[in-house]
Amino acid sequence: MKLHPILAALRKHKAGTVLIALQIALTLAIVCNAIFIIGQRIQRVNRATGLDESNLFFVSQQWVGAPSADTPDGVEKLDAMQREDLAALRNLPGVASVAPINSLPLLNSSWTGSVSLKSGAEIGDKTGTRTAYYFTDEQVFPTLGLKLVAGRAFNAGDVQHQGFRENRDRPVAIITRALADKLYPKGGAVGKVMYSDGSSAPTTIVGVVTRMQIPSSGSFGSDFAWNSTLIPTRLDANFARYAVRTRPGQLDAVMHAVTPLLYKVNPLRVLDDDSVRPFSDIRARAYRADVGMAVLMGVICLILIAVTAAGIVGLTSFWVGQRHRQIGVRRALGARKIDILHYFQIENGLIAGVGAVIGVILALGLNAWLMTHYEMTRMPVLYVLVGVIAVLVLGQAAVFVPARRASNVSPVSATRAA
Amino acid sequence: MFAYYLELALRSLKRSPGLTALMVLAIGFGVAASMTSWSVFRAVSGDPIPWKSAQLFVPQIDMWGPNGRNADGSPPNAMDYTDAVALMRDHRAKLQSAMYQISPSVVPADAGKHPLNVSGHAVYGEFFPMLDVPFEFGSGWSTSDDTNRAQVAVIGSKLNQKLFGGANSVGRSVNIEGRDYRVVGVLDHWNPQPRFYDVVNSGGFATDADDVFLPFQTAIQANISNDGNTNCNAVPKESGFVGLQHSACAWIAFMAELDDAAAVQAYRNYLDGYARDQQQAGRFAWAPNNRLLDVPAWLNNQHVVPSDTKVSLLVALGLLLVCLVNTVGLLLAKFLRRSSEIGVRRALGAPRAAIYTQFLTEAGIVGAAGGVLGLVLTGAGVASVGWVLPKDIAALARLDVSLLALTLLVAVVATMLAGLYPTYRASRVQPAWQLKSN
Repeated sequence: MKLHPILAALRKHKAGTVLIALQIALTLAIVCNAIFIIGQRIQRVNRATGLDESNLFFVSQQWVGAPSADTPDGVEKLDAMQREDLAALRNLPGVASVAPINSLPLLNSSWTGSVSLKSGAEIGDKTGTRTAYYFTDEQVFPTLGLKLVAGRAFNAGDVQHQGFRENRDRPVAIITRALADKLYPKGGAVGKVMYSDGSSAPTTIVGVVTRMQIPSSGSFGSDFAWNSTLIPTRLDANFARYAVRTRPGQLDAVMHAVTPLLYKVNPLRVLDDDSVRPFSDIRARAYRADVGMAVLMGVICLILIAVTAAGIVGLTSFWVGQRHRQIGVRRALGARKIDILHYFQIENGLIAGVGAVIGVILALGLNAWLMTHYEMTRMPVLYVLVGVIAVLVLGQAAVFVPARRASNVSPVSATRAA
Repeated sequence: MFAYYLELALRSLKRSPGLTALMVLAIGFGVAASMTSWSVFRAVSGDPIPWKSAQLFVPQIDMWGPNGRNADGSPPNAMDYTDAVALMRDHRAKLQSAMYQISPSVVPADAGKHPLNVSGHAVYGEFFPMLDVPFEFGSGWSTSDDTNRAQVAVIGSKLNQKLFGGANSVGRSVNIEGRDYRVVGVLDHWNPQPRFYDVVNSGGFATDADDVFLPFQTAIQANISNDGNTNCNAVPKESGFVGLQHSACAWIAFMAELDDAAAVQAYRNYLDGYARDQQQAGRFAWAPNNRLLDVPAWLNNQHVVPSDTKVSLLVALGLLLVCLVNTVGLLLAKFLRRSSEIGVRRALGAPRAAIYTQFLTEAGIVGAAGGVLGLVLTGAGVASVGWVLPKDIAALARLDVSLLALTLLVAVVATMLAGLYPTYRASRVQPAWQLKSN
């Protein structure tokens, strides 16, 4: 089949041709970028926190009329209250282990600072590495399910306690592999020292864990998302937070028992609907916006593709109707059904091809524009290539029905008036 | 004549129901997607205090120097205690208030009820008149209450409902963090979004309204510590909340009312003079580097509108554009199919203007039908944003008369614009050629 008659016919339908090509180009540009956004969000949501997230829940509560955490006496009283809670929780049937901890990955409530190999460096100093701190005790490993790659876990002798706003030396710490690699790129961080938050007292790294995300899931923490530091210290304040691991299948039962239990230990405290949350809930809330954006982009893509396909069907049907007689003449002159079918398929392929070329330029342009104005990264060429193939297939699928109808035009119609 | 065109249009649309349905569906979905994302964008980018936002300013003071500045050279977005209190003492604006976020516990008088946790702010008395805060009962407190560190409180309508059953509680006492405060005012459902007076701690939007306000110095004295962000360039030298007050950590928001350009300039000069004094006193080792932004500029500077919202709006508008291109194509097909009819009309003496009116009427009807479908879909879209967007933002998207009117208007106007080119082509049909070819 020669292209010449097709091109000649298209020249007669400039407007329709341009419109279909334009529609395909815009669809390609938007769908590529939308799917890229969806891919990015899915990747973000699927990041592992480094925790064993099942059978884990979090308790966040506040005491009323508690002693001040700013006096040594008050700190001791608060610590006694916290230890009382911990003991009660650990004795609860169905509980596997409990650790006091100031935050959890994805909780978006964080204590961040910086660690450095230099003593007494300022926090803003460029030699430091940003990190988020988890203040906890020796039960943190079984409770969160962290995996140690080197060194040792905390033992009961490591654990200190301090007032929430007190500055206390931090003799030992466990850090994530990501942070260890930053501080000691050649490895062997265990046993070495670092200085945290500009302190001049050394902190010995006693262990390294494979992975533990920082509490912040947003753009604020994206530069140091895996740089966590664990400090074996119970923080004493007018509030306390606990991570609780239950035995398999007992999560709901234990969660229901926690509120009455803590009120029994000490009724003067605030425990509301948000105080006891399973980790799955923390995860869902942290990524709600990302999941939402992915769903939204998905819906828009579907509508776009449907509209474009429908547009192609509509316009091609019109052309088939318009050329009814010409098709009849061609058939009368010996063209087979398959020739007519091919004619429309090739015609659509040509238009979609031109549209796809323009669409590639638009897609890359849109991506570049989004990169300069919003937090967006460069789209891999693969997305565009897949997009091109997709619109070509879409065009062929959409044109098939009207093209089939065209191929069924009987040669007799050549002799009839239109 | 219009009624005749209407009838013609309806007849023509009925003749090809498939094509008509296709156009109506495309416009309906395109408009609904755009309007749904517009409703979210409108909600988050709105001016929370339109009558006054240009007179409310947020000052920034550079207390950290070159190492602590943001990438654009601007100083931290909150103040330390020293500067906030100094600005309050100097009192150079018409009205002003330093403020910090608190989250104290409140013990209900009813012994059977558990204590509850409420969020709020510690502010100066001028906060209420400055922000035109509406009161259901009572009012804010006086300047002398500020200086005397009076045990007074303003509570929100929700807390008033919980503690006092919604009755006028002015003069009653409320137990906050173990101390009794006298209620002087009850707010009348005040929850501006974005929370412009403390963007840094709310991130712009907050699901729950602030339910308790205490005098700033009273809260400091009662050791009610801050609940929001604390940013430090160095670890405080002293421990405790007092240590935080003596440190250069940033944790206090500030807002000042400046009514005209002269007042703004005077306040700028004052801030620079203040920073120079600090430089001379040896506290700052750098030249003054202050900022003074009004509320709209501040909201923009703090990126209150989530970029996701903007990208969604953009993509939805792209979808509408594709739907319109689609409509141009389909209308073109539809109109040109009737070339012979147009030829007859023209040959019988109809001017081009008549052809324009006839076909634009038809486009308008398609647009109106698409608009009605768009209304339904927009309604469904706005109702379901709660499924996909964070709660604090989804709650703001509302369906109101102006949104519905806009939906219909956009659908009709856009479709008629899309109909312009096909109509132009229809009006160019040569009557003689059409008559001959049949």
